[in-house]
Amino acid sequence: MAEIVQEEGHQKGKGKKKVKKHGTHIDMTPMVDLACLLLTFFMLTTAFNKPKVMEIILPEKPKENEKPPELDKSRALNIILVENDKILWYVGLADPNKPLPVLAEVDYSKDGIRKVLLQRNKELFARVANMKKDVTEGKLKIPRDSVEGRIKRFYKEDKLGPIVLIKAADGVKYRNIVDIIDEMAITNIARYTLVDINPVEKTMVQSRINPGSSVTAIK
Amino acid sequence: MGKIKLAAKTPRIDMTPMVDLFFLLLVFFILTATFRPEEAASISTPKSTSSVPIPDSHLVTIEISKDDKVFFNVDNGTDSTEHIRAKVLQAIGSQYKIKFTPKEIKKFEGLASFGLPADKLQAFLAAPDTKTREAMQVGIPIDSTDNQLMMWIRFARTYNNDLQFTIKGDGAANYPIVKKVIAVLQDNNVHKFNLTTDLKAVELPEEFIIK
Repeated sequence: MAEIVQEEGHQKGKGKKKVKKHGTHIDMTPMVDLACLLLTFFMLTTAFNKPKVMEIILPEKPKENEKPPELDKSRALNIILVENDKILWYVGLADPNKPLPVLAEVDYSKDGIRKVLLQRNKELFARVANMKKDVTEGKLKIPRDSVEGRIKRFYKEDKLGPIVLIKAADGVKYRNIVDIIDEMAITNIARYTLVDINPVEKTMVQSRINPGSSVTAIK
Repeated sequence: MGKIKLAAKTPRIDMTPMVDLFFLLLVFFILTATFRPEEAASISTPKSTSSVPIPDSHLVTIEISKDDKVFFNVDNGTDSTEHIRAKVLQAIGSQYKIKFTPKEIKKFEGLASFGLPADKLQAFLAAPDTKTREAMQVGIPIDSTDNQLMMWIRFARTYNNDLQFTIKGDGAANYPIVKKVIAVLQDNNVHKFNLTTDLKAVELPEEFIIK
């Protein structure tokens, strides 16, 4: 600054020549430092990956004078989540007056519960998968949005696939619930819901986990 | 002669292109930055195969930490001049007979999620730093005797009709508390909500892979 003032006072001649020689070199290092710092800050604070969400739609609670819809027993697939990341399942309804169904044990791997669900939901799964394949291969030319709509229609038309009742015993973590709902999406189960575990099933689970303990029947 | 001159000068690198690039990146990051909100508790969400991104605004987030504490957050919607958070806080204030000063309301608007009983809110807003605030977060009461989460949801819906609900739970949280939160949502006639998850790939058993 002081230099510039001096030069203005000197007028033309020697002074001017000197300025020209120097050129206008500004020391940019502090500015670069600052820019670098800010850049790093913004890079680190930016959340690039937006979290994903899984949508859940639960049925409304039945009103007082309303009967809950009847369930087709043969289609009912009961999945009971138990502690230590294990799953027990059986088909039909557990009736305390009849011999109780046997619980099968699986895990959350792709050859565990996923296989069970796929085997029972073969047709619908194949339908959706084939439709998706046709779209990606260009055989079926529909916009992306209507793929979802088609899948929903397939779900509505589904008359054979299982109706999955998801129940959670004690010691179940939130992770397990997310996993099982995700399984429903992967295997294209059209109908599933979260329900409370009933006393009969509780004793079934108890006797399964501790076969030695005496089981008292609950009415 | 030339040699001597060169030795006297320090080598100068032209930094202009680098600076240009830095500023370009800087501007890009400033404009795209969406700040990570101050987290009330660190939550590691479970993984799912869903690839639907979380909505940008009109969002209520109910967080459940791994020690089963419940946190609540409602955003200001797309129009911050409506001061939705402020209105919700005032409604809670009148419900629990707490008089919030304008300063406290302003402070509340700037915060993100919180998890503490309504009567502790004033002390929470007066807390000097994040650490003190963190220590005060004991979770929002959701017992049937004192269901404050219910009230937060109800008032949030009163002032913003377009709200979408998201449960952001830690994978290790116990299911009963999640069930309680879902029951509270259903009592408020919210039957459609989202679960926040991280993305993972789909794997199928051999015989079901369609080629």
